[in-house]
Amino acid sequence: MAKGKYTTVSIPVTLYERIKKLVELTGFKSVSDYVTYVLREVVAMHEAEKMTSPLSEREVEEIKKKLKALGYI
Amino acid sequence: MVSAPHGGKLVNRVASGQKRERLLEEARELKRLRITRDLAVDVMNIAHEVYSPLEGFLLVEEFQHVLDNMRLPDDTPWTLPIVLDVSEDEVVGVSEGDEVALEVDGRIIAVMEVEEIYGYDRKEYARKVFRTESTEHPGVKEIYSRKDLMLGGRVTLLDHMRSGFEKYLLWPAETRVLFQERGWRTVVGFQTRNAPHIGHEYLQKTALTFVDGLFINPVIGRKKKGDFRDEVILEAYKALIEHYYPRSSAVMSVLLYNMRYAGPREAIFHAIMRKNFGCTHFVVGRDHAGVGNFYGPYEAQEIFREFPDLGITPLFFKEFFYCRKCGGVVNERFCPHDESQKIRFSGTKVRRHIMEGRRPPEEIMRPEVVDVIMSFEDPFVE
Repeated sequence: MAKGKYTTVSIPVTLYERIKKLVELTGFKSVSDYVTYVLREVVAMHEAEKMTSPLSEREVEEIKKKLKALGYI
Repeated sequence: MVSAPHGGKLVNRVASGQKRERLLEEARELKRLRITRDLAVDVMNIAHEVYSPLEGFLLVEEFQHVLDNMRLPDDTPWTLPIVLDVSEDEVVGVSEGDEVALEVDGRIIAVMEVEEIYGYDRKEYARKVFRTESTEHPGVKEIYSRKDLMLGGRVTLLDHMRSGFEKYLLWPAETRVLFQERGWRTVVGFQTRNAPHIGHEYLQKTALTFVDGLFINPVIGRKKKGDFRDEVILEAYKALIEHYYPRSSAVMSVLLYNMRYAGPREAIFHAIMRKNFGCTHFVVGRDHAGVGNFYGPYEAQEIFREFPDLGITPLFFKEFFYCRKCGGVVNERFCPHDESQKIRFSGTKVRRHIMEGRRPPEEIMRPEVVDVIMSFEDPFVE
């Protein structure tokens, strides 16, 4: 595992055993690596769903003017 | 909806209007740090959303985390240290908590809140980022030539450094609006630092098959001797787009950026920047961001497996070539013929043709692109 701080999360032993078997057949080094990978993927997806437009309407209008002037739109 | 900004926020640290005037006036009273044009590019990219979620140059914890884990301390993927190096002499009298003015070409372009001043281990930096300590590697050589200390802290841009390419320069907030105006929900980013040959074109068009739009984003920055000059690359792409792309599906703007040649780590970084521009997909080719034989041909593709949370989908491609037997441009996934039938697209071969005043064959480069390149008296960097 990469350097850094870690904490413990509990998962059912049965799930742990299933992942352990799976990990043997994959490129993952450990159950922790596998769980970290899967969680990162899922968490990133949920975070992205929650995001709103980073620009205000006024900003968008200003940008459109510039894009028109440059011939992009 | 185009891609969400990396780390969840599009960071803009450009001062404007009265605030800019006030900060500029205050900056004139601050200690000035002269920075290189390369660092000024990083300042502009931080301030103009390209390096979101960064708000400034890395602090020591962030720097170490990036070296060790290829992530920021909050777990956001981040593979290249964005750092400002200074000598001890330059920061005499500067303490953590002070502000300094950053100056380039004799002009103040930004103010920086100095949050930390710290030392670093050049060999560790080289080994972790470039996977080598060899000074044969241009990135390593550059690291070894850096000054002894790093300055970490937020920057605020007050003025732009002129690049000469302003007409072609769009920032992430702008490309995001552009993509929306074009009705693109999915956009593939294409990074380039070369004049386009047919291999590039097929790669882009194959990627375009899967998405709404293609964002060609040539890198304008420090180049090696013998590379195509920036203006040649731009004009060559303009010709290619004009003659061979539907206007509704391709757009080009430049990226001010200096290549680090960090291979796999840099491929991830390139994808992050394009995510900030609003791309949902990114083309990762053979030996992406590599140099010499420091990285395996597909190492830069393999590293993406370590980042399930990158938020941009990499599109991996094998090398395209012209096959005489197939009678067209193909790649090894669908061409069964032997090497004698293949004409490889090689940038080196193209450059040699042009240097000798010969036109590259039409199987390798579009005639309109060749015309543009050959119209330049000296298309290469001296």
